[in-house]
Amino acid sequence: MPKFILAKLARAFLTIMMVMTFAFIVLRLSGDPAQVLLGPDAPLDAVIAFRERWGLNDPIWKQYLAYLTQIMRLDFGVSMRSQTPAINLVLERVPATLALTIPALILKLGIGIPAGVYAALHRGSLADRGVIMLSIFGFTIPSFVLGLVLVLIFAVSLTWLPSGGQDTYWHAVLPIITLSIGGIGILARFSRSAMIEVLGQPYIRTAMSKGLPWRDVVWKHALPNAAVPIVTLVGFMVGALIAGAVVVESIFAWPGVGRLIVISVANRDLAVVQALLLVIAASMVIANLLVDVAYGLLDPRLRSKRAAH
Amino acid sequence: MSFISIQGLTVAFDGTQVLHGIDLEIGRGEALGLVGESGCGKSVTWLAALGLLPGKARVGGSVKIDGEELIGASRTQVERVRGKRIAMIFQDPSSSLNPVHRVGRQIMESLTLHRGLKGQAAKAEAIRLMDLVGIPSAATRIDLYPHEFSGGQCQRVMIAMALAGEPDLLIADEPTTALDATIQAQILDLLSQIRAETGMAMVLISHDLGAVSAVCDRAAVMYAGRIVEMNDTAALFSAPRHPYTRGLFDAIPEIDGDRGRLKPIHGTVPDPRALPQGCAFAPRCGSADTRCHTRSPEPQAGREGGLLACFHPVAWAVPLMTSPQGIPA
Repeated sequence: MPKFILAKLARAFLTIMMVMTFAFIVLRLSGDPAQVLLGPDAPLDAVIAFRERWGLNDPIWKQYLAYLTQIMRLDFGVSMRSQTPAINLVLERVPATLALTIPALILKLGIGIPAGVYAALHRGSLADRGVIMLSIFGFTIPSFVLGLVLVLIFAVSLTWLPSGGQDTYWHAVLPIITLSIGGIGILARFSRSAMIEVLGQPYIRTAMSKGLPWRDVVWKHALPNAAVPIVTLVGFMVGALIAGAVVVESIFAWPGVGRLIVISVANRDLAVVQALLLVIAASMVIANLLVDVAYGLLDPRLRSKRAAH
Repeated sequence: MSFISIQGLTVAFDGTQVLHGIDLEIGRGEALGLVGESGCGKSVTWLAALGLLPGKARVGGSVKIDGEELIGASRTQVERVRGKRIAMIFQDPSSSLNPVHRVGRQIMESLTLHRGLKGQAAKAEAIRLMDLVGIPSAATRIDLYPHEFSGGQCQRVMIAMALAGEPDLLIADEPTTALDATIQAQILDLLSQIRAETGMAMVLISHDLGAVSAVCDRAAVMYAGRIVEMNDTAALFSAPRHPYTRGLFDAIPEIDGDRGRLKPIHGTVPDPRALPQGCAFAPRCGSADTRCHTRSPEPQAGREGGLLACFHPVAWAVPLMTSPQGIPA
């Protein structure tokens, strides 16, 4: 068992390192921060001084080694633009993003899963067809379209809700709805098919032939089995809590992590982009570890497979 | 006195009739074999009786248990019969147990449901049942999951679970098909032994004629959704009258006979969507004439007391073999 955890951690570390390396190389190949930050009219000596200041004249492998040793000391560098530690810039944006993504996740789980399960239990009914239609609508409409349509209706026409900013709780309503619609659709559809698959299994017939009331067949025998595939999808959603709102934050001018990504990439603010990717990769990796743990709790077959490792 | 009485049971899926009026009586403690090729309606008969078919199935006719009608009864009424009066075990024991629950819990669930046992009492009884069905060191293995048992042991767990409700009738739906030969014999022995001890009735659904002859008092042969012949096992096996029954016996390889070609039944089972007119077996039958192709023979009492649905039965005087026990599995 500890061996299994060690292997998982090693793999997680490797994943993060690969993301960091990739980001490092791509960022340095895709444009000169000095040009972008100082502008095209900057005097040549200022550009040279800037490059000297940030070590951009060194060969890329030397920069990379310097970067690695820096990270090992848990130093994530300083923003070229604001001269403040990059990691602080990132972390202070996280709460604003979570204020959108966590309520959205709750909506996705709270509406998507029950809707999908209900549809599966009433397969072929009017409600089932309604759920399928709405969920297709939900996950096919792009969030930038949905966001703008919601703004048009609720902010511009009805003037019930603000169209952007972060001043009151009301400001969060439209971004949260925009964020959750797609996930609700996907989860509803996925839960429905997971549940239909499970309901056709022989052990469900066994549970029924035992004389269990239908309610117990569903709650005690079908749902625990359907939960396994659903957890996979929920894991992706948990992993996207920090980085999953780039578009929506941009539409609604919400000062979260997503906005920071857009601004920092545009400015070639290397340290900030790298710190962002580190935090995002770490959140994905942690979500994956949680999914693995959840698998073990939900399905004893996976537990013993692991013990056999 | 029969306590289960099936009359004119019909089942249709999406407008395709797969069961064409089954009449069957089962007495207390009786063991009935139900044989026939795959898709002839053996399992569907009992799934329909217990309301276990998917919602799109249209079920007609009557199934009465001690006079209480099951077809069209409310869900709670049928649920009270399932497990308590009629229990069922299935073909694939490994996937018939819920993979995420411990086997003990699955047995105890039935004990709580049907006998009101809880906690330690339920656990003790579950261990006793697992012992009874021959699972070694039941007390420790009660906390294991289905995937930690072999197929044969899973079937034993299924039987223990079926016994938990102390049912009057056990439907064993091809209980040995997924198991290897030695385990098959063990499970059949176990079923006979339990029947002898508890006096419960049993329906053995099987296409294994040897299994049926070893376990059952009476056997019914089904073809394309109808019972074509039914008689006491001894009589049916020594002198099958329906050409189809006869064909089934002829298709069994002889273990000590000369090497020779098997005699198969030519053709295939008809598609239920396109049943031939008249007797469904006529296109494959050697003695079919024009009448067989236009009219469907009704089951009638045969000379030996059984039922037979055939215009041209095999001559009664030809004994097939001396004893039913001689039939290899």
